[in-house]
Amino acid sequence: MWKESSVVATMASLQRPDFMPYQNNGGTVVAIGGEDYCIVSATTRLGLGFAIPTRNVCRYSILNNRVVLATAGMFADTATLHKVIKARVKIYEEQQDKPFGLHSAAQLLSNTLYYRRFFPYYTFNVLGGLDEDGQGFVYGFDAIGSGEKVKVVCNGTGQALIQPILDNQVEKKQQYENKQITKLSLQEAVDLIKDVFTSAGERDIYTGDAIDICIITKEKGVLVETFQLKQD
Amino acid sequence: MQLVVDPVRHTTSPLVTGGSVIGIKCSDGVVIAADTLASYGSLARFQNFSRLLKVTDSCLLGGGGEISDFQEIQRLLENLTTQDFCFNDEHKKSPRSLHQYLGRVLYAQRSRLNPFWNSLIVGGYVQSQSFLGMVDLYGTTFESEVLASGFGVLLGLPLLRKAYRPDLTVQEGIKIVEEVYRVLFYRDARSINRIQVATATVDGVTISEPYSLETKWDFKGFVNPRSTYDESTW
Repeated sequence: MWKESSVVATMASLQRPDFMPYQNNGGTVVAIGGEDYCIVSATTRLGLGFAIPTRNVCRYSILNNRVVLATAGMFADTATLHKVIKARVKIYEEQQDKPFGLHSAAQLLSNTLYYRRFFPYYTFNVLGGLDEDGQGFVYGFDAIGSGEKVKVVCNGTGQALIQPILDNQVEKKQQYENKQITKLSLQEAVDLIKDVFTSAGERDIYTGDAIDICIITKEKGVLVETFQLKQD
Repeated sequence: MQLVVDPVRHTTSPLVTGGSVIGIKCSDGVVIAADTLASYGSLARFQNFSRLLKVTDSCLLGGGGEISDFQEIQRLLENLTTQDFCFNDEHKKSPRSLHQYLGRVLYAQRSRLNPFWNSLIVGGYVQSQSFLGMVDLYGTTFESEVLASGFGVLLGLPLLRKAYRPDLTVQEGIKIVEEVYRVLFYRDARSINRIQVATATVDGVTISEPYSLETKWDFKGFVNPRSTYDESTW
């Protein structure tokens, strides 16, 4: 039985090459959770092979004034996923008349991704925001919904270049000597993000052009600033 | 024994195809252009085929890729605009809505592993605002000041980015687009030196009749191409 159906499958694939439904548009996303702030940032370059079809796409969504989602990977899937998540958050907030929490958003995102376990969204997500106590936390997810709650995370094509630096500089891991652990201030964290993206842009062809930096604080909600990277 | 029957599929590889489409945003409108060739593989099959479409009084569509899929998309848009007309409330779909609509349609098709094999460029001019957006066969949607599809991404985009200024006029835009198509004609084997240029401005949408571009073949490099073993890379 197995043999026969596999013959049919071979015949079908002889008639036409299978369409590959995935595309890698690259992109890098970084999120840092601080004591009283959270930063979520994403590159704006849309890459395709060795070409750059456009230099200015939006890879993040502001879900509400304390939760931001940013996604690298296939851009069509990114746009679709963001539409789905935003719609679900909106429906919840209208029906329940209260803001959608960070941890709830993480669970929603994980379930939404896993729901497509066998035809995944080709997306690599970070979710950042403030929890009920106003403390910054971030989540990193893979394409099928596995994720963890951390203090700092990087996803996307620049992950291998950026994550170890963030581990070292934010979590003070792998330090040569036990240094005194000082928590990064908001400004220090923003500067660090600008630095790591600039460096990643030198080595990763899918990282460049600009980054959007979303700064989430209890007082000011979400503020977005743009930082230019090299266009080469 | 289970009989495996594949569902009906239309295009999983393109047959009759159009080449590059190019768009540029100007201060007083947008310009979209396409050549008039519909190739059958490497055969220049239909040499006077229009790949530009007026969707509404303020919105334009240019299509590359599989021609039959483009014609199906044409029918979808016709249904959509007819519905708008039948409501009789003067409302029309904005270029941005149509761009997003096409994005969803192409994404849905790719998710069924039966894509519309096209690159689409949507342009429009509404309330003194130019719009220029692109959709590909995966449902990727984005907006930009300059856009190109197919071979135009490699040869046309750098020229368009160099020529772009925010204060460009439509007249200047047309000249730029013509120059890009001339370059494409010299190097893209699936192109023709016959193009159509469409504009969306405050005066509405106009699509030019097809016309031929002047070409010049007595450049030194064309007359005496250098051999592969010279320092030439091409």
